[in-house]
Amino acid sequence: MKKLLISAVAALALLAAAPLAMADAPKQGGQATVTFNNDLTTLDPQVGYDWQNWSVIKSIFDGLMDYKPGTTELVPDLAESYTVSDDGLTYTFKLRDGVKFHNGRTMTSADVKYSFERAVNPATQSPGGGYFGMIAGYDDVVGGKATTLSGIETPDDKTVIFKLTRPDATFLHLMAINFGYVVPKEEVEKAGADWGKKPVGTGAFKFVEWVPGQSIKLERNKDYFRAGVPYLDGVTFEFGQDPTVAVLRLKKGEIDIVGDGIPPAQFAELMADPANKPLIAEGDQLHTGYVTMNVTQPPFDNVKVRQAVNMAINKDRIVRLINNRGVPASQALPPAMPGYNPDNKGYGYDPEGAKKLLAEAGVGEINTELYVMNVDPNPRIAQAIQQDLAAVGIKAEIRSLAQAEVIAAGGAGKAPMIWSGGMAWIADFPDPANFYYGILGCAGAVEGGWNWSRYCNKALDERATKADAMVKDDQKDARITEWKAIFDDVLKDAPWAPIFNEKRFTYHSERLGGDATLFTDPIHIPVNYDYIYARDAQ
Amino acid sequence: MLHYLARRLAASLLILLGVSIVTFGLTFMIPADPVAMIAGRNSTPQMRDNIRIQLGLDKPIPEQYARYLGRLVTGNLGMSYARKSEVGPLVVSRLPPTLLLMLGAIIAELLIGIPAGIYAATRRGRFADKAAMTLSFVSVSTPQFVLGLTLLYLFAYLWNWFPLGGYGKLSNLILPALTLGLAGGGWYSRMMRSSMIEVLRNDYIRTARAKGMSEWRVTMKHGFRNAILPIVAMIGLDVGIFMSGVVVVENVFGWPGIGQLMWQAIQSLDIPVIMGVTIVAACFIVLGNLIADLVSPLIDPRIRSR
Repeated sequence: MKKLLISAVAALALLAAAPLAMADAPKQGGQATVTFNNDLTTLDPQVGYDWQNWSVIKSIFDGLMDYKPGTTELVPDLAESYTVSDDGLTYTFKLRDGVKFHNGRTMTSADVKYSFERAVNPATQSPGGGYFGMIAGYDDVVGGKATTLSGIETPDDKTVIFKLTRPDATFLHLMAINFGYVVPKEEVEKAGADWGKKPVGTGAFKFVEWVPGQSIKLERNKDYFRAGVPYLDGVTFEFGQDPTVAVLRLKKGEIDIVGDGIPPAQFAELMADPANKPLIAEGDQLHTGYVTMNVTQPPFDNVKVRQAVNMAINKDRIVRLINNRGVPASQALPPAMPGYNPDNKGYGYDPEGAKKLLAEAGVGEINTELYVMNVDPNPRIAQAIQQDLAAVGIKAEIRSLAQAEVIAAGGAGKAPMIWSGGMAWIADFPDPANFYYGILGCAGAVEGGWNWSRYCNKALDERATKADAMVKDDQKDARITEWKAIFDDVLKDAPWAPIFNEKRFTYHSERLGGDATLFTDPIHIPVNYDYIYARDAQ
Repeated sequence: MLHYLARRLAASLLILLGVSIVTFGLTFMIPADPVAMIAGRNSTPQMRDNIRIQLGLDKPIPEQYARYLGRLVTGNLGMSYARKSEVGPLVVSRLPPTLLLMLGAIIAELLIGIPAGIYAATRRGRFADKAAMTLSFVSVSTPQFVLGLTLLYLFAYLWNWFPLGGYGKLSNLILPALTLGLAGGGWYSRMMRSSMIEVLRNDYIRTARAKGMSEWRVTMKHGFRNAILPIVAMIGLDVGIFMSGVVVVENVFGWPGIGQLMWQAIQSLDIPVIMGVTIVAACFIVLGNLIADLVSPLIDPRIRSR
């Protein structure tokens, strides 16, 4: 009897402990609700380029490549395997078997070809079509002379061959970007102008319904080619929700994730509460906030002046202004980016040194303008920068304008200084090249371009192109080293004053489980919906 | 009467035409390029030119306006730059919540403002009057964001009487309508008060009292009916204010109205949507004022339609 009792007690103890032990294993089932302040504009992968729709599209569609969840490591996705020719001009992808669109049809190589052609076709007005400029036949399609890309061949249903006009080490990253996601031609044509509102893809979640201005519902794709995911049965996105109210709703258990992040006004209060610690995930972003200086106009055509600006700004104070939601930046690349140089401390805070450099430059008193986007906290940051500059003898008048106006001023080359906050660069893919060409290279230093400092260093451009020609696997490290050197030289020239790298904080409910990196995924911004799960799923 | 109606309709059409011209012209004065927003930050000059030609933005401005007007009279409000879908259905989908909120807010304003105004007028100079006017001052001065959030926090978060924002049921309407109604009610109470004081000064009021009529009937039957006219005109104006979008309240309560749509469109320079919302809002404003003008002679026969 005693033995029975003891074993019974032991068994009961085991049973009691078991759920605790299984507490953090992902379970199948449950729903999640995410709120956003702004409406989603479209779910068309070749067009969508917003903060909100980027990750939703990643859950509805797939591309040839993807990244390991929560990381910046490339892995094949719709492709099962790939080979690269020795000269880096031919990429051959073998597609996975058994991948079906949500309408039941099996995906083939023709769908892949169609999707890329759709991305570069001018009629689509894709903001990302320009990324695929290295595919042979691109110029003809963009010029209107052809509707198909001669550089994409589909010898059979499971093979896609890309022929490039130049070797490009970022090509595999471009196979993972939303603009190259695979779409079914018949659904696109059937839906016409409504395609962005009725997406059909191959992804982990199926589109269910979109109530305009209110919500989007997704449900689990039971035929998803990856077994076991997604864990959630469905996700609902609600719009028009003020983040402050969303936080209240989360506390009440009505929603699960505040999609826009924690409102700055409540950041300190929420972080201080110990009960919130397991609910706020913190992660790095591929982001840098910087001040651009127009190098084609005095006084910023003098490198000494630009370096002085770098030394005049108190970055620690600015980071405190934003409640420590970031770290001071020493260089253009963010710490999470390959090519970041941890040994390069950049220009330290040195107002005396700045004054000396300005005296050496001999430009006398400087009167200039600092453009900034008029949404908090950017005007406050601009004021801090203004004060720091005034302390070394640079008078900067603040021009606080709507985002589109600042972008236009930058594109027109009119703005002497721009604080990039709210508009600035978050990398589209985790490679240093993405931080160079558009914003620091000569190609971007044109009317309407995003190289607002109009910095054009032909020698660096050449080195960048050479680095991107290093496509072989064994050249990877050498390529990153070369990019590190390129950015070190950019810092010496100081067309920018890098200020801080923002961190991402995602506030989620207790019932959602998953590694912190899934809630601050550097690629599936902000959250990787495919891999989070509900702890209370039955 | 029919003559009056016909003239007002013709005038309304002219007003709408003027609105479309001014708004169209204004969008060209914004020092920013919508094509740059559409093409994105990786675009090349060639891509931007392609888009410019596709959207017809390379044509001279008068020609662009003519094409726009041509489409407008057939009910085609164009394609949204950001969403690449039709503007018409987009704006129409936001109308029911906007109209519902407007209705709720106007009812709330009148329910709060009119009794308060009458009460203050009949107790003029006394404590009740001063208290009512101070309250109206406070409600008008409080920012909508503060008022809305406070109501939400107390009644929805702490005490659970109402849902925390959202749209769909009557309970969702109460707090946003109250937020708008408290501020608007402040205005109406002051208007009502001064109008009533004017009316109560008249000789016929004294006559009615002398006849032995009860104070209540004097106030409501003679005073109120004559004092209500300016309020009716204000309601017409109010329709205009609500139809141009109460962004702040919509945002706080998650109400899918036209204000949020307009706000997002302005931020992304989605000009077709900006134009679409403006034209639709202008139609409702003109309609609201037209109705107010038509109702006025019914209330006060002294207003002759010339």
